[in-house]
Amino acid sequence: MANLSLRSVEKVYGNSFKAVHGIDLEVKDGEFMVLVGPSGCAKSTTLRMIAGLETITGGEIRIGDKVVNNLVPGDRGIAMVFQNYALYPHMKVKNNLSFGLRIKRTPKDEIARGVENVSGILEIEELLERLPKQLSGGQAQRVAVGRALIKQPEVFLFDEPLSNLDAKLRASMRVRITDLHKQLKQASTSSTVVYVTHDQTEAMTMGDRICVMKDGHIMQVADPVTLYNRPENEFVAGFIGSPEMNLIPVALQRNGAPALTIGSQTVTFGNQLASRLSASTGDDLTMGVRPQHMQMVPPETDNAFSGTISHVEFMGHEVNLYVDIEGHKFTVVIPGDHYNPSMLADGAIRLAPRESQLHLFDPKTSQNISLA
Amino acid sequence: MTTTLSPDAAAALEEANAHNARTRRNQKISAVIRYVILAIVGFIMLYPLIWLVGASFKTNAEIFASPGFIPQSPTTEGYERGWDTSTRWNFGHFFLNTLWILIPKTIGTAISATLVAYGFARFDFPGKKILFVTVIATLLLPNVVTRIPQYLLFRDLGWLDTYLPLWVPSALAGDAFFVFMLIQFLRAIPRDMEEAARVDGANTIQTLIFIVIPLLAPAIISVCLFQFMWTMNDFLGPLIYISSVEKYPVSLALRLSLDVTEAFQWNQVLAMSALTLAPSLIVFFVAQRYFIEGISTGGVKG
Repeated sequence: MANLSLRSVEKVYGNSFKAVHGIDLEVKDGEFMVLVGPSGCAKSTTLRMIAGLETITGGEIRIGDKVVNNLVPGDRGIAMVFQNYALYPHMKVKNNLSFGLRIKRTPKDEIARGVENVSGILEIEELLERLPKQLSGGQAQRVAVGRALIKQPEVFLFDEPLSNLDAKLRASMRVRITDLHKQLKQASTSSTVVYVTHDQTEAMTMGDRICVMKDGHIMQVADPVTLYNRPENEFVAGFIGSPEMNLIPVALQRNGAPALTIGSQTVTFGNQLASRLSASTGDDLTMGVRPQHMQMVPPETDNAFSGTISHVEFMGHEVNLYVDIEGHKFTVVIPGDHYNPSMLADGAIRLAPRESQLHLFDPKTSQNISLA
Repeated sequence: MTTTLSPDAAAALEEANAHNARTRRNQKISAVIRYVILAIVGFIMLYPLIWLVGASFKTNAEIFASPGFIPQSPTTEGYERGWDTSTRWNFGHFFLNTLWILIPKTIGTAISATLVAYGFARFDFPGKKILFVTVIATLLLPNVVTRIPQYLLFRDLGWLDTYLPLWVPSALAGDAFFVFMLIQFLRAIPRDMEEAARVDGANTIQTLIFIVIPLLAPAIISVCLFQFMWTMNDFLGPLIYISSVEKYPVSLALRLSLDVTEAFQWNQVLAMSALTLAPSLIVFFVAQRYFIEGISTGGVKG
């Protein structure tokens, strides 16, 4: 049972490159925390610092109530699953599983019980006598998870564990890992998880909370729903959600009902938006609206942007429309049954952003000013 | 189901078959030519060795009488008399002497080179660059240059006419070539396994013994193999440092039969040369299996 806390953790490399800029992160006991971000955002470095594979150059990492800054990985009460599994190629699966316990001189019968238990949970009993090279990717992945599980660590660390699997296997492993976490939690064994991924689908589907990182900074830490609906800044807004949120420069008129202007077109909004806006320094803003929240409206509707469809992707249950409004590219997702190929005849389309789902960002600070 | 082909299609098919047959025939011919050439060149390369073995069964008179390698009246006399040698000791004694150099040298090299390579490949420490450059520099240094200073050093240590100068430097990772070879091999092995072991609680030495050495085994075996063969064949080292006949390794003992008598007993020399070659050949053929399978088992399947 342990929570994990990072306080102003910094990493500066020998060549004075600052990879991690004093981040603070609190992972509660039993929580599934996902670190997500584009490559080079230092999420893996952060995980390796928690593991003790990377030294930290500033700040403090606590697991439970002990500061682990200077502890070797083996003494931190962590277990880690690596991206390419890192199974010991010369050991049979059962020896791979039990290596950590053998190093700690755990009694033999206890090791045997652990191996049996873990291989039962992960359904790898029939693989115990095999060598890693005789395993498929999915099997190797399960063994790697088993090797972490058997140690009953306080914190599990996952470093992009599914990125080497094919799409189908990835989906099933995702469910398996989430289920495993639930089981552990119910059995009230330690089950704090820090999971690194660059895949936002994994992050959204697996995480209790998600920590979005960029260039060694934490951009936002929140549960998936908050992250999706209330992104604190432009980066999070653009990173989470698929297809990406439309981020378009607009001009805001504040006197009276708020109105947004793109080029020569202006759309007026109501109180909902007005009540959310915080005082801003300027009126040249970035509008953020998800493709799903751009509503197609009849041509005669007044209060809407008009544009032309440049390209269509028909996916069956939904359709992606690429729309040009005053030279700005919008992506619009409409349900499949709303789509009619005759729409393409003249390509004209009228779109109204859904007011409650509209975000405005200050282009100078990139902060969301429509959250209040 | 039978299909009737139109005349055009049938003709095209026939032409295609003929073309395929031609290709197959050409491949066969080129294979035959290749193998004949390889066999001839191979035989030429091996001929001295074959002749050596053949000649060791000839009588002394016959050796220079015929150029062929098949003895006309085979005799083991060369082996019998050669084994007894002209000294108080038989050849077995000299083989044992070689062994006393070989064993500590090979084992010492394997251990020390692995330790040093592990240090260079996996750890950062002050002065690493300079030390590594030094290692590479010794690799480039001609042996001859260090002979005299080394001799003086060992003389002052009182190691002359002992085996120590022959194996101690190697057992202290003195052979930069092996260190370099293992470093290169280690660099190709991903660190993940070692990191996994550290997370599993293994310390540096445990990681080395349980993870790195098994992964490195093929390379370590080839180090031992090279060291074995080079030591077996080393003539200059023993010549410089060993002065009493009793301590001669085989490489010196072979020379013994050359200069004690006026008329050289060539068949004895050749017989003992053939024997001297045997251990290297045996070790090579036994170990090459590990050597070849080695790299493929070391890697990780993604």
